[in-house]
Formats: sequence, C-alpha cells, structure tokens
Amino acid sequence: MKRLANIFWLAGKELKSVLGDPVMVVLILWSFVIAVILEASGAGDTVYNAAIAILDEDNSTLSHQVVSALGSPWFQPPVLISPDQVAPEMDAGRIMFVLSFPPGFEADVIAGLMPAAQLEVDATAVSQAQLGTDYIASILSSETRAFLSGSSQAPESAVRLELRRAFNPNGDPVWFKAVSSLLNQLSLLTIALTGAAMLREREQGTIEHLMVMPLTPLEIALSKVLANVVVVLGAFTLSLVFVVQQILQVPVVGSVPLLLAGTTIYLAAAAAIGMFLGTMARSMAQFALLVIMVIIPIIMLSGGMSAIESQPDVIQRLTLALPSRHFLAFAKAVVFRGAGPDTVWFELSMMAGLGMAFFAASLALFRRSMSLSG
Amino acid sequence: MKTADSSNSLVAQVAAVSHHYGKVCALNNVTLDMPAGRMVGLIGPDGVGKSTLMGLIAGAKHLQTGHIEALGGDMSKKRHRADAGSRIAFMPQGLGRNLYHDLTIQENLDFFGKLFGQNKAERKARIARLTQATGLDGFMNRPAGKLSGGMKQKLGLCAALIHDPDFLLLDEPTTGVDPLSRSQFWDLIDTIRADRPQMSVLVSTAYMEEAARFEHLVAMNDGRILAVGSPEELLAQTGTETVGAAYVALLGGESASVSEPQEAPRAPPATEGEAQEPAIKARNLTKRFGDFTAVDSVSFEIAQGEIFGFLGSNGCGKTTTMKMLTGLTPATEGEAWIFGEPVDAQNLDSRRQVGFMSQSFSLYGELTVRENLLLHARLFHLGRKLTAERMAELVPRFGLEPYLDQGAASLPLGVRQRLSLAVAVIHAPSILILDEPTSGVDPQARDVFWDMLLELAHRDGVTIFISTHFMDEGMRCDRISLMHAGKVLVSDEPAALIAARGAETLEEAFIAYMLDASSPSETEQSQSPETAEGGHLLGRNGADQESATAPRFSLQRMFAFTTREAMQVRRDPVRLVFSFVGSALLLLIMSFGISQEVRNIPFAAFDQDRSPESRAYLSGFDDSEWFLKRSSISSIEELERRLKSSELALAIQIPPDFGRSLRRGETTEIAAMIDGADSSRADTVESYVTGAHAYILGVDTQSTLALADLTLSRTPDEPSPAQLIPRYHYNPAMESLPSIGPSIPPLLLLLFPAILMAVSVAREKEIGTITNFYVTPTSRAEFLIGKQLVYIVITLLNFVILTALLVTVLGVPLKGSPLALVLGALIYAVAATGYGLIVSMIAKTQVTAVFAAAILSVMPTLQFSGMITPVSSLEGVARIVGTFWPTTWYMAVSVGTFTKGLGLSELSGSLWRLAAFGPVLTGLAVLALRKQEK
Repeated sequence: MKRLANIFWLAGKELKSVLGDPVMVVLILWSFVIAVILEASGAGDTVYNAAIAILDEDNSTLSHQVVSALGSPWFQPPVLISPDQVAPEMDAGRIMFVLSFPPGFEADVIAGLMPAAQLEVDATAVSQAQLGTDYIASILSSETRAFLSGSSQAPESAVRLELRRAFNPNGDPVWFKAVSSLLNQLSLLTIALTGAAMLREREQGTIEHLMVMPLTPLEIALSKVLANVVVVLGAFTLSLVFVVQQILQVPVVGSVPLLLAGTTIYLAAAAAIGMFLGTMARSMAQFALLVIMVIIPIIMLSGGMSAIESQPDVIQRLTLALPSRHFLAFAKAVVFRGAGPDTVWFELSMMAGLGMAFFAASLALFRRSMSLSG
Repeated sequence: MKTADSSNSLVAQVAAVSHHYGKVCALNNVTLDMPAGRMVGLIGPDGVGKSTLMGLIAGAKHLQTGHIEALGGDMSKKRHRADAGSRIAFMPQGLGRNLYHDLTIQENLDFFGKLFGQNKAERKARIARLTQATGLDGFMNRPAGKLSGGMKQKLGLCAALIHDPDFLLLDEPTTGVDPLSRSQFWDLIDTIRADRPQMSVLVSTAYMEEAARFEHLVAMNDGRILAVGSPEELLAQTGTETVGAAYVALLGGESASVSEPQEAPRAPPATEGEAQEPAIKARNLTKRFGDFTAVDSVSFEIAQGEIFGFLGSNGCGKTTTMKMLTGLTPATEGEAWIFGEPVDAQNLDSRRQVGFMSQSFSLYGELTVRENLLLHARLFHLGRKLTAERMAELVPRFGLEPYLDQGAASLPLGVRQRLSLAVAVIHAPSILILDEPTSGVDPQARDVFWDMLLELAHRDGVTIFISTHFMDEGMRCDRISLMHAGKVLVSDEPAALIAARGAETLEEAFIAYMLDASSPSETEQSQSPETAEGGHLLGRNGADQESATAPRFSLQRMFAFTTREAMQVRRDPVRLVFSFVGSALLLLIMSFGISQEVRNIPFAAFDQDRSPESRAYLSGFDDSEWFLKRSSISSIEELERRLKSSELALAIQIPPDFGRSLRRGETTEIAAMIDGADSSRADTVESYVTGAHAYILGVDTQSTLALADLTLSRTPDEPSPAQLIPRYHYNPAMESLPSIGPSIPPLLLLLFPAILMAVSVAREKEIGTITNFYVTPTSRAEFLIGKQLVYIVITLLNFVILTALLVTVLGVPLKGSPLALVLGALIYAVAATGYGLIVSMIAKTQVTAVFAAAILSVMPTLQFSGMITPVSSLEGVARIVGTFWPTTWYMAVSVGTFTKGLGLSELSGSLWRLAAFGPVLTGLAVLALRKQEK
C-alpha cells in the first residue's frame, strides 16, 4: 500500500513536470496531430499516384483509349513525352513508367498480329514497379479486347474473378497508414519522454535526493513509466478520436476499450525501453543517438513500412523481440478486423512479456548505475 | 603609466541601465562611473545583479535599456564591441566556466591565443610567461577538468590575460576556492597590476573579507547600487568595522548577528551525551575513482545534537564523504555507522532518520513550495494529520508563507535554501546532512539560515553535519574538520584550531594547516610571481594590440574553433563510436530487413465444389512461390474467423457448381477474399491473385500449364490481342537489396550528424563556454562554421564506412560515377550539419536540441524523401516537405549512382539542388545566432 502511494505521488510529480514544459506539450501535439495527418494522407507505398509518361508513336484511337484508362488513384495524369526525354526523366526520378506504342500498333491489333507495347519501368522501388507493371498489363489487355469487340467492356471470361477486400473494402491506404503512423509517434514519444525524464533527474541531481528517501528504485522507475504512459495514452486517445476517426475518417471496427488496453500495455513496454536507454546513456547526446538507433528499426521493421512476411527469417526472428511489431498486429486486428481478446491474446501477452523483460533489465541497470554514481 | 593613473579618466560609464529576465528585474536603473587604472570591487551576494552588470559592461549581454560606454565607445554599437573585444577580457562566474575541461592547460591557452590572432611564436612566448607566473607551468598537459578550483581560476586568469587586455573583468573569481589559493590569487592580481598599471580591473565577490583589498567598492543589492566609495569611506559612512558589517548596515538590516557569530548559544552536547552512541561515526572512509583518490581515509565521530562542519574548497572531497554517509555511493574502503548501524543503501528505515540537502538545488522547480513540501511529506508517509501539523509548524518557522503557491524555480536563492531545509526536516529526522547549503546565499539570509540550524540542533537535538567554504560559518559549528585534497587536515573546535596555530582568524589557521600539508609542487605556485620578476609578466605596449585590430573574418580564428572541437571529439570518443557503429549496424539490419518482395502469402481455399476442375484451378495457386497453402476451409464462418485472426491473408471461394458450369459452358465466378487491413500488402496480393488467375486460365500467352488445356477446352479464353513487354531499368532482377541498400545511408547521414552538431552547440550554451564567443572578436560565421567543419569530416568518415559496407558486405556494386557520389556526400554533409545548426539555434538546452533534432527530422527523412515511396508519387504537403528536405536529393544521388549507374552529368540537377541546402541552412543559422547573451 505504501509502495503504491509512493508511486502515485511520484507519478503526479512527473506529470506536472511533463505538462508544465511548453516545449514538450508542443512536441506532443505536433506528433499526434500534424505528424499523423501528414504521414497518413501524404504517402502510400503502393503504386499510388505513380508518375507515368506516354511515348505515343501510333497516335491512334486504341492508344488514346488505353491512355485514358490509366488514371487515378494509381497513376497521375499521364504526360506525353518525346523519345529523347525518356532517359533523363527516368534518371532524375521524375517518371516511374514510360509506356510506348510503336507505329502501327492499332493496325497490328486489328490484323491480329499481337503487337507489343513497350513499358520502361524504374525498378529501383521494386514493389511499385511490379504492381504498376501488372496494372498496366491488365489495363492494356482489357482495353484492347474492348476495342476489338467494339464495345466499351471487355468480353467476359468463362471464369470471372471477383476480388473482395475484407476490412477495408475500398483499399483506402490512409486507413493503414494512420494506424502505423500512430504507432510511430507512440513509440518515438514514449521512449524519448521516459528516457529524458530519467536522464534529467540524474543530470540535475534530484535522483540523489530521491535515493536518500525511503524509496526503492522500483518505485522511482514505476512512477516514471506510469506518468509517461498516462500522458501519451491521453494524447493517443484524443488523436484516435479526433484525428484518426474524425479528420482522417478511419472507422474503428473493434472495441475501443480493448484497443486502449492493448495500447497501455504497449506504452508500458515502450516506456521500459526508454528507461533502459535513459539509464544507459551518460549524456543527452548519447541518449539521442541511442534513441535513433532504436526508433529506426521500430518504425521500419514492425510491419508498417514493409510486411513482416517479406523479411528474411533471421530478421523476422529478431523483430519478434520488438514490442512494436506485436502492437501493430494487435492494432490492425482490433481496428480493422474487429478482433476480440480471444484472437489477439498472443500479441497482448508478447507485449506484456517483452515489456516486463525490458523493465527488469532497466531496473537492474538503474540499480547498478545508482550504486556506481558518485 | 602616468596618464592611466589619473583617477579622473573613466574606463566605463553606466547610465540608467535596467535589465530584466522575463518578469524578474535584475538591474534597476543603475548609473555608475568606473575609474580607469583602478581595481574596482563589486560586492553583494548572489542574484543581486553583479553578473548581469559585468556581462553588460563586457558586451557579453545584450543591453536592454540605458547606455554603457566602455573603453571610450558605446557598447551597444556592434562596431565598437568588435574593436573593444580585443582589449577586454572577461572571466565569467563559476569555476573554470569558460574553460574546456577536456582540453589541457596548454591546449586551452593555445586556443585563446589563436582567437586573438597571435602567431605560433607569440603564443608560445606568452603562454610560457603566464604559466610561469601562475605556477601552472608544471601541469601543462593536465586537462582543465582535473585541476583544483584554485588552479582552474588561475588558468582562467591566464586565458583572460593572454591578449594584454586594458580592461579585465573577473566575476567572482574566488568563490568556492580554498583560502590558500584565494590569497595566492589576489597576490597574483596585485603583481599583474604593478606590472601593468594602466589596466583597469573590475572584480566581483561574495566574500566580504576580500573586499577590503579593493581600491574602490560598489555595493549592490537587489539590482540597485547601495553605495560607492573606497573601503574606508564605506566603513566611515556606516560606522562599522568590517566590510561585511558595513554591507549589512547599508542593507538597513541588523548587523549585530553577522559581526558576532561566535556568540550564538552553544549547548555543550558532548558532556551530556557521553554515554550515548555517536550519531555518525566514520572510520577510514576512502573513495577512489580510477586512479584518483577523492576521499583519503577520513575518520570522525559526531555526537548527537552536535553541529559538525566540514570546511574546504570545492572538490576537496566534502560531497563524496557525505554521499558515502547517505549510502548514495559505496565507499571503496572503510566503514560508517549511523546510530551504531552500518550504512546500508538498501535499508529504507534508516533513511527516515536522515534528512539530506544536496549541494545543487535538488527540489523540483516545476512544483510550488506547497507541492514540494506535500510531496515529501507523502513520500515519508506522514499521514494527513501529521502532515498538516508539520506544515503548520515549518511554514512559519522557515518564513515560507508568502511563497506557498509560487513555483520553486522562481524563488530567490535564500528562500530556496530555506525551502530545501524545510523539505529536509519535514519528517523530523534526527540527523541532517547538509552539503554546502549556503553557497551563493547573501550574508543576511545565511544568518537567518544559521539561526534555524542552531535552533534545530540545540532545541530539537538534531545532529547536523554540514559542509561549507565560508570561514564565518565554520566558526558557528561546535566542531569542524578542515579538509583539503581528500584528506582531513585537522578536527577540533574552531576556537581551539585558531589558538593552536596562534592565528587571528580561522582563515589564517586554515592556510597555515594547508601550507603544512601541501606537497612541494603546490607550494611552488605561491613563489612563482617573484620568479617572473625578470621578464615582465605581460607585454608592455597595449598600443600594438590596438593597431592590429582584428579583421572581420579570420581563417585562423575559425580554424581555432575547428581544432578545438576536433580535440574535444577525440577526447570523448563514445559519441563517435555510437554514430559509426550505430549507423553501420542500422545499415545492415535495414538493408536485409526491408524487403519489398511479398511472398509466402498465407492462403486457404473454401472449395464448395470439390470437382476435378476446382482442384485443377486451385493447384495453380499451390504451385506458386508467392502463396503458402494452409488447411482448407469448410464453412463461411470459418473463412471469416481465419481472416480475422490474420492467419490467412487470402481466401479463395469456389462455388458448388463450378465444374458443372464450366462443362456446360456457362459463366461462373470465383471469389477471392483479401485481408485489406494493410492496404499496400492487399494491393500486392490482389495483383498476384489476378496474375495467378489469368495464368491458370491461359490468358497469359506464356502460360504452359493452363487450366484450359485440362478441363476448359470448350471455352478457351483467347490470348490477349496485344502484349506488354516491360523493361525493368536499373534493377533488372527486381531484387530488393540493391534498391534498399543505397537508400539507407542518406537517412543515417542526416540524423546522426544533425544530432551531434545540434548538441555540440547547445552544450556550449548550456555549460557557458559560449561566453568565449561573446567576449572575443570571434564572428558568428567563424564560430559556427569552425565547429561545423569537424562534423562535416565526421559525416564523411561515416559515409566512407557505410559505402564500404554497402559494396563489400552487402555486395551492392557502385555502377555510376564515384565522383558524383563523393561530391554528393560532401555537400550533403554540409546540409545535414547545417540542419543541426538551425536546430541548435532554436534550442536553449541539450534536451530540446535532442528532441528537436530527432523528432522533427525522423518523419520527413523516413517517409518523404523517396526511400519507400518515390517522391514523384507523394502528394500535398508531403510532396512539399519532400522537395524541401535535403535527404530527397541525396537519395537521388545515392540511388542514382549505385542502382541506376548514373554519371555526374545526369545527376547534376539533384546535386545543384542539394548544394543549395547547406549554405542556406548554415547562413540562416549564422544570422540567427546572437553575438550577445539576452
């Protein structure tokens, strides 16, 4: 009971100090409002809005028909270019695809000669290149058929493929981006805030003050975790309701209490990582470098930027140790698929387990650093 | 010499100057004339505006209101400041505050010499002269951080005198320095003045005893000038005998208690407590840090109810001893007991008996007085009733009523110390350990504070263990130990110590004990001024200096900053190792980890038909390397459940009459249900499914194993009437690594240099070495670019490491022009460090610098610079951010040279754009940097 009271009072002190610092408040607002909106609405990593150019040496009804079918949201309005522009435009990265129709393309199609259109692809971004090529191939094929049959629709195949998307029927990339961006902000902020709180207490000497009081390192550490989790969770909840649901119009299918519960567990785990780094670093500069070294893998390898299944086995096993990977899987399941506790228990327990492991490690380090200080 | 001596000429004139920090008024309409060629003392405790006034006169601080003339010019004029800069020397408050602690004495002085444009021979001669005179010449290779307080101040003085200033400003040069070094310091100043009488000196001090040495005194309090005159005049004016008493009299306070500290009531605790256990007992306490012994075999006993004092200079081991007693740091050797119990860091109960007040103010500035008290009461579990009682007792007793709801950070120093004491005793401990509780507190407030201590000890029987560097406080203790260099010289009652040495004051006695104990190398210091008699201490002619007014931009000064920064980086290699090893590690993990090849998509079939046709159709999926087959689905509920649990990314549903419909030539429909939660992955899955479907049905002309051949012969789908031949440029094998690998260094080469750069500048602001930039003729560009050069080189080294890793370990060949890549890296390094400079302009502290550099740059670098999504596909604000972010353009260069195999001419567009960032960012930072403190 006394222990709990200690943690409670200390956490209250932490809260006041975080919220009393205008720079921190601005930073939190920036992260959960502007950064989330920017990131979610700015970029999609599919062939979305890809820059395409047309080199039309046929200039026929068919070529025009194909070009007009290449449109939003996958492609930007196609631009016409001349042959000598192709290489420089692609070298400069301004154009991803160049579709060229040879002279007599339409005539050859009518004659049944199966002519070939050339597609120059900038393959530096592999997945966009692959997807875009597939789209263009299928558009070319269906438009040619439609042209031949004289109707606006391609003739029906014997077996139609009906593609349905569960959980995000329109395939709106903003939905997933919003969630993964929230994850990024949660991780960055929680780790940085908790670690800095730890480091600041040490740098300003107030930690000694605490250590001569009847307080244990456990209480001090837990109070920091608690306070920062509360701050970030509050910001997260507001961001979820006002930014994600209202401004970005992303529906949350599953239970919001479950989502918040899981987020709390994740935040505790992230705060434990922050504590660990904050205890390990000797100075703010070192802490900043450590944060960067941890946050980049968290952002890039948790499944938000590239799918987990595509990672090599070694890396997949490594990323199992990232609480953020489990959080993203959990959040995806709850927000989009409406999953309940019965389906996400694994992710929840992984986050909790990893969180406790990090916390135990940082506590041990903290105890050690206290006894070495002087 | 003759002209400067005439006392009617003035070195500085201050007229109606006021200065505010936010709402706090530091100087209130100060007007003052300062005679030239004299030693003027500015007296008064901390926080009365002495430092502000000195900073303003030296030109280090920006003048808010009023007018200041120094050395015959208007100090608010930039031009005059630049000229006067080479004739003024300013040594800021704080032990060695403007020194570089990781640099040696030689390196520090060399740096200062370069700032004033001295050539190598001249520097050598001057440094030799000054260090000889100060006795530092035997320690030339010792880092400034490892010098004692007295030596640090001597080094500071050497640094200030290196350019023969005409006007020397010393802000509290002796605070926290041991008495022996203090007297040596003043002797040194006298020698210098005798040698160079035209030099004017303005010095401030909080030790009233020292003020008697000055020719002309300016007493200050609360931002105002109380009185001006020679010490004798002030004494006569107030009818007092000491300057301290005169000062208190000028304040209008009661002077009696300060002048007669010994008369405080002293209960003899030793006699009544003979049978008692000593409250604190220490035996042979020793603490070593590496090869440095901070505390050397210290033993003492403190009786209950006794006030026991540790007297000594900063860094003599007082704090470390106290920390060992509180269990904050374990003793290397020796033991300590509190009430007979060995000190045990784990024992929480024993902590309740002790109240500790650490040297630095360790309360929470963001909490109010009331909140601080309540927090501590709660942490000691005093309970609601007891808390209320203690608050009711302590708040009036420590005079805290008027401040209850004020933030602790904004309290005057004296009140803060009272609050600290109140917090330390809130749980009524039986032992108080106070580490320099009164340093920087004015004499009157110190007096009040001591009355409280005496009351606690003598009325409440609290044992007090206190450390201080004020001799008059030592006199108030029951017993004291004189400490020097980690050793206790002697312990006894203060009066007995004085008597034993036949001295008049405690200070004299202390000096006598110190001279006995000092090693020969240290006593050498005191003899030095005489040895310098032959060659003069300072260059004779100040006129030389004036004619050689420094040019506006000097390469030598810029490189002085560069070499100094480089030395500092070399002394603290941890940061470098972090950034080199860290970025190498990240490159490897990222390059392997980020793969854009989606494969092994888990799928299952819900085959409601189970005909040969449906099996033939599904076998097309089984064979593909893209799909990973899981056990088949038997109901629509199962399908939904398994998709939901993310076990499946794709479910294929085949209707019951699939085979029959096909055989009849009817159209039938297959449904593919894709997990759309991750939309980009869903896009990929969708395209794979479409591809597989077409392949199975033989639409794809290249297909060999077509379902049509097996069962669908009656309605073969016609091959497409036109083909698409894709040509994959730059990366024909469509491998992930060659495209991801070269895109990682651009982000690492931005984040790491930006943080290092930002922290480096913010650090100078925080620890105060930026004063050297304020008060020397250094220009803004010299300072910033000088430092930046070091980080540009570091960035390039990092670039070399990353490139080597990329080519050798990751096997990504450099196909394009190496020249373009190196050129790109060079100008990118300028841009990245330029960004760091900009961040450091916004940030006042290292914390803010870290946050701003890291948080603000991670998102644009990772998301908007074309690493995953080509910048050509970005839209809206993201596109704008991407366009105005340097990483975008270096990404184009890195990917261009590695993956696309481009040459210099093809990349010239990106290179030109990239080249704009560095100069623009650096230029903005130079413009934003203030040459004066606010």
